Amino acid sequence: MAKDSKLILDPLTDNNPITIQVLGICSALAITAELEASIVMSISVLFVMGVGNVVISLMRNIIPSKIRIIAQLIVVATLVIIVDQVLKAYAYELSKTLGAFVGLIITNCIIMGRFEAFALGNGPWRSFLDGIGNALGYAIILIIVGFFRELLGSGTLLGIEILGDPVAKTGLYAYGYENNGFMLLSPMALIVVGIIIWVQRSRNKALIED
Amino acid sequence: MMEKRTDKNSYTILFAVGMVLVVGSLLAFLAGFLKPTIEENKRLEKQQNILYTMGVNNNEAGSAVFVSTDEAPALFGKYITKQLIIENEDVREDDKAYLIDVKKEQTRAKDGKTRRLPLFVGEKDGDTFYIAPIRGKGLWDAIWGYVAMDENMVIKGVYFDHKGETPGLGANIKQRYFMDDFTGEHLLRESGEFVGITVSKSNADPVNEDKKDYEIDAIAGATITGDGVSAMIKKDLRLYVPYFKKLKK
Repeated sequence: MAKDSKLILDPLTDNNPITIQVLGICSALAITAELEASIVMSISVLFVMGVGNVVISLMRNIIPSKIRIIAQLIVVATLVIIVDQVLKAYAYELSKTLGAFVGLIITNCIIMGRFEAFALGNGPWRSFLDGIGNALGYAIILIIVGFFRELLGSGTLLGIEILGDPVAKTGLYAYGYENNGFMLLSPMALIVVGIIIWVQRSRNKALIED
Repeated sequence: MMEKRTDKNSYTILFAVGMVLVVGSLLAFLAGFLKPTIEENKRLEKQQNILYTMGVNNNEAGSAVFVSTDEAPALFGKYITKQLIIENEDVREDDKAYLIDVKKEQTRAKDGKTRRLPLFVGEKDGDTFYIAPIRGKGLWDAIWGYVAMDENMVIKGVYFDHKGETPGLGANIKQRYFMDDFTGEHLLRESGEFVGITVSKSNADPVNEDKKDYEIDAIAGATITGDGVSAMIKKDLRLYVPYFKKLKK
């Protein structure tokens, strides 16, 4: 049991997919300009990784090793299309917000990485936990980055004005504060992720290399 | 060493064929099953979009909110008095005009055929609105919108949407602070010549007081999406100029 909980907890900190394994960076840079987008992407990845890991794990003994990557890709693509279609039919508003992200899930290297490294060699329950754990580790970083980028870049959180109205010059803006438009561009996401890695590595002894 | 059963070529091929068949039929079944619901959603969305440009919406401060999907068909029937299809000189009424796929019409035009131009005429509080759909390219994918005008082609309201522009940047073309700037802008010069509107980074009028400068303040970091908006306005609305000229006579 202790081992099972490690499957969930490890990816949150010591073995975080983004900051330690440096996987899934592309989507972490692309979609974190707004907190809402980060949260939605996190939930989508959580679903695809949880279900995908179980499916691959159940199929692990019948997938021919020569075409296993293709088989994995088909599983992810199928799941993503199912999510996309179901959202379009029953949650049309949400599916519009998701827009491009649904497609982007396929390209997320964390998913293929966990299929290949874990689900192919472990049972369904452990694979499920591993999928959820890694997706949560991904989600934490995405939400932290999204939080800072939206707050400093647009002065809002989830679209709600936190720091005042930049046009009417209320709140902080009355004192000459300006939004940093640079925060909305992808390079700043890389810098924020870098800062997270720095903080994490300097605080966690296990991660300090000579 | 014994070869594993799953390593055989014949097994690999069988597996591949089997998997494709299973996945293919699963997705085909799902798509067929959900298609009517998805089409219905799209139809209601078009009605909501068109109504939005006329000011029939549930806007809250700062954010764009449509009328609910339940109300949309009734309100659409109430406010949209005429739906027209313009084909060259020929203008005819058709209450299915809003279902015309602008993308398909643009492809037809490229193939040298005549493009059917839908135009919706709405009445609200004694004002007449002429609403035209437009479509173009953003940075990543398609962008489109609806523009409501009066008989002099002065914009009375717009709605833009996009398929996959960057969140926080290009995706903000559907935010009110961008769309509201278009209201009151002129598309024609006094002489009647069509100018259109440029989404401009060097706009000398960021608070948008001058409604005859044919410019809108751009969104920082969304240059290509903004250029796409300018292009679709200029390209698609130009096609309606002959209709408006005739209307004035």
